[in-house]
Amino acid sequence: MDATVATSVRFVPRRPDGWLTRLFDNKAFLTALCMLPTAGLLLVFLTYPLGLGLWLSLTDTTIGQPGDFIGLDNFVSLAQDPVFWMSVTNTIMYTVVATVGKFLLGLWLAMLLNHHIPFKAFIRAIVLLPWIVPTVLSAIAWWWIYDPQFSIVSYLLVDVLHLRATYIDFLGTPWNARGSLVVANIWRGIPFVAITLLAGLQTISPSLYEAALLDGASAWQKFRRITVPLLMPILSVALTLSVLFTFSDFQLVYAITRGGPFNTTHLMATLAFQRAIPGSQLGEGAAIAVSMIPFLVGATLLCFFGVGRRKWQQGEAND
Amino acid sequence: MRGFTRRQSLTVGAATMGAVLGVATIPLAGARAADSDVPTADVKPPAFKIEAGAKLRVLRPAKFVDPDETFFRANTKKFTEATGIDVRVDFVSWEDLRPQTAVTANTGAGPDIIIGFSADPQIYASKLVSMNDLAGYLGTKYGGWFQLAQLYGTKWGTQDWLSIPMGGSTGPTVYRMSWLKQAGYDKVPDDLNEFLTLCQKLKQIGHPAGFALGHAVGDANGFADWLLWTHGASLTDAQGKVSLDSKETIAALNYCKELYPHMITGTLSWNDSGNNKAYAAGDISLTFNGVSIYYVCKTSPDPKLQAIAADTNHQLAPRGQSARTPSSALVVNAMLFQHSKYPNAAKEYLRFMMEKEQYGPWLAGCLGYWSNPLKAYSKMGFWDADPKLKPYASGMDTPYYDSYKGPISAASSAVAANYTLVDMFASVATGNATPEAAVKLAARQAARYLKG
Repeated sequence: MDATVATSVRFVPRRPDGWLTRLFDNKAFLTALCMLPTAGLLLVFLTYPLGLGLWLSLTDTTIGQPGDFIGLDNFVSLAQDPVFWMSVTNTIMYTVVATVGKFLLGLWLAMLLNHHIPFKAFIRAIVLLPWIVPTVLSAIAWWWIYDPQFSIVSYLLVDVLHLRATYIDFLGTPWNARGSLVVANIWRGIPFVAITLLAGLQTISPSLYEAALLDGASAWQKFRRITVPLLMPILSVALTLSVLFTFSDFQLVYAITRGGPFNTTHLMATLAFQRAIPGSQLGEGAAIAVSMIPFLVGATLLCFFGVGRRKWQQGEAND
Repeated sequence: MRGFTRRQSLTVGAATMGAVLGVATIPLAGARAADSDVPTADVKPPAFKIEAGAKLRVLRPAKFVDPDETFFRANTKKFTEATGIDVRVDFVSWEDLRPQTAVTANTGAGPDIIIGFSADPQIYASKLVSMNDLAGYLGTKYGGWFQLAQLYGTKWGTQDWLSIPMGGSTGPTVYRMSWLKQAGYDKVPDDLNEFLTLCQKLKQIGHPAGFALGHAVGDANGFADWLLWTHGASLTDAQGKVSLDSKETIAALNYCKELYPHMITGTLSWNDSGNNKAYAAGDISLTFNGVSIYYVCKTSPDPKLQAIAADTNHQLAPRGQSARTPSSALVVNAMLFQHSKYPNAAKEYLRFMMEKEQYGPWLAGCLGYWSNPLKAYSKMGFWDADPKLKPYASGMDTPYYDSYKGPISAASSAVAANYTLVDMFASVATGNATPEAAVKLAARQAARYLKG
């Protein structure tokens, strides 16, 4: 500020550092200090709710009444509850079938989009639409598509094309309903997979394909020997995320069937909500939510190591 | 604040109170004389000493028909004008109301009055201000409370009023007169076998009946309860022990199984709007529902819907083996919390809202959307002006409630919210479970919640 300051600088012998200066010069302290905000955020917004959920699962809390500690009672009772076990098998089935569907169709779509086509950017943007639209909105759209009386699909098949005599009861029988939900979930998940894999495809150097062409490789061999291995790193990440999203899916199922008919389409997430909030059994709902954790951790590990290991076997560098 | 100073200058006794409010309401009563033709007994209103500087916050469920909110707000405004007490009314969505009530009760802060659903007064009994004075006064003045109002308004097993029931949403039979005639019927038969034949014939002429069997909180639980009660079955006995596993329930399940093929397909995926949509589209001829179907058709500018309204009639649900109307209603109860700083002002507000000058127009405006808890209101002219609304006038004249015959409790709401009974009927109707297996599973699930 003051011009004279600069001119009046003179040598001052360095005094021994104060404890504060020394403290801030300490690398360990500084690291801890810089991480504190993040750690605080995680602690408040992640650890606390998770811990509270764990605690609630060990109590018989209901909405309105603070509960007592009841140990593992909730889990014992869930273990004997056929509806809970059905939700577990539903969740696993839903995750596996929907993920396989999403990846097959998503990979296919990604390879199509990887070619030079007219309006490439525009089409790629459109492909993302199902992913961009808020799930609740697309769920309501699907709910109309699956309506027993007003379904557009039934209308086309019965009244326009005369291929069927009766309307399809999409959500009225257990297997129809499960199938319908999986289709809706695949529809919603394809863009994520397609765009992620497309990004992966574009990192593969064209020279590899050219070399393969010179060696006389067939299209399948190119796919099998070049595309798939080089796509593996991104595939494992996309797979993990997709499995997690699908496993903990709530909105589609709750908006379309609310777990019906007779609880045959409940996923663990929807059952947890159903029991905890409308059913006001917070303890039991929390127990169901907590039961999801081992499955989620297991699925994550499986994706990472199952798919990831092959990546290392191919001699790829770590990413 | 204006009212506050005026009130300070008054010696607030019973007579003055009545006079002040009487003066304030007479012109308005005259303006809608047709809506206030309610026979009343000559009773002095209780003297609530309004606290200085009182202001109130009220929470209530969101409207489903417009007049519900319009008249409620207008009546509240009238109260503020008459007393100077500022009242803020918040309308919250139905699914949010329960959690908000729980938070209010547990934290002891928030709205003074919550107009909550059926079992809530029982759940929060220890946190509520007794309503004996006000309920006693209203009951005496308006010809008594209907049984359902008494069941939900008083603490279970006592005569202590915990809340003021304000209305109930019930679901009698809604049907198309011309199609019923075509099937050879003038009205819906009370006998269950006859009812089954009717549904059979309606299906034959291409206009089937339809009842929700999906996860529809109101409609599907209502249908499941109707099936149980018409067969003399019940979820619990008088002590609250689960009594579902009985031969009456098996009979109800078998009946549902017989009825199901004659219903329109797809009712397993209906939510609460499923039957409304199907009825308005002319796909079904008969269902159980609140007045909303009729209300929407009648007030619609679409001539097609108006034609449906003209062809629609209502009748109390078939009785089967039950001596009284075998259907309950979703009751809304006004609860006054002990944390309120102005309990007298709050009671005065509730009294004002329940008096005929205010309640009459509200009830009539909603066309029976909320059935009245006080008997005298059933004599209002508008019920006769449109006789199709008549069944809703006695919507709360029933001994049946959720989890009949046991005590009303938090657990009874949980059983309904988890669709335990609905799923029992749905799984048997579709042949996915035997009646015996389904009833065992449902009884087990219900027992989990009803244990305490």
